[in-house]
Amino acid sequence: MTSESGSNTRGNALIVLGCPEVPIQQALALHVSYSLMKQGFTTHITGNPAVLNLLRVSDPEKRYLPGMNVLEKCIEEIVEKKRDCNLCIVFAHSDAGITYAATMRHLLPASRLVVIIFGKDPEPLALLIDFPCEKIVEKAVHNPMQLRKKINEVFRWAA
Amino acid sequence: MGCIENLQYEMILPLGASFKECREYVEKNFSEFWYVDPGYKIFDEYIIGLPPIALGIDGAKIIFPYTKPCHGTYLLAIEDADEAARIRKTARKKK
Repeated sequence: MTSESGSNTRGNALIVLGCPEVPIQQALALHVSYSLMKQGFTTHITGNPAVLNLLRVSDPEKRYLPGMNVLEKCIEEIVEKKRDCNLCIVFAHSDAGITYAATMRHLLPASRLVVIIFGKDPEPLALLIDFPCEKIVEKAVHNPMQLRKKINEVFRWAA
Repeated sequence: MGCIENLQYEMILPLGASFKECREYVEKNFSEFWYVDPGYKIFDEYIIGLPPIALGIDGAKIIFPYTKPCHGTYLLAIEDADEAARIRKTARKKK
């Protein structure tokens, strides 16, 4: 089973990122990964090559992002039972993001699934979700503060 | 698109189609269609999507949705008799 470094007292968390065209995603991905690691989770981030490269540049020592791989590889590992997690957080600002969330719901039926829906018009996207998960919905493109507040409330992290 | 990008494909629905539009299109426009779940392997890749995922078959041609994070889902058709035969054996008829 694939895992990354970390205290791992709370288990494994998987963060699934969408296309990096919405600026707040990168800042919040780092925030979520940092906060989860602080809580004792081992975190792993998956996304397309562009979003992973943005994060690599932002965190050259991999302090907040110990493990990363591309979506196709991550899904392969999950299907082949080489990767598992008890918490999965999906960032979605498009129909494709919801599709990835639905896939994670199906492949990880026992995991807590939290879908963070954001962007210019997140409400219609949120309505596409007809599978069990927790939703955090906020209209947010450039300013991450309000969405960060909502995320912190859901996970009970101090601001 | 990984290895699917290297195959000769025909685009049935353009970039940006929603996943549900792709499913409805397959169900309405192909007399033979099958259902699979996310993680089903097709052309050596695990496909993703909102279950159930509809795959159309027209002779040896397979019609399936393909999702990319930046573009959304689009519907592709690829001709491969062996893969069509495998889908007929391993996919299901009911949603």
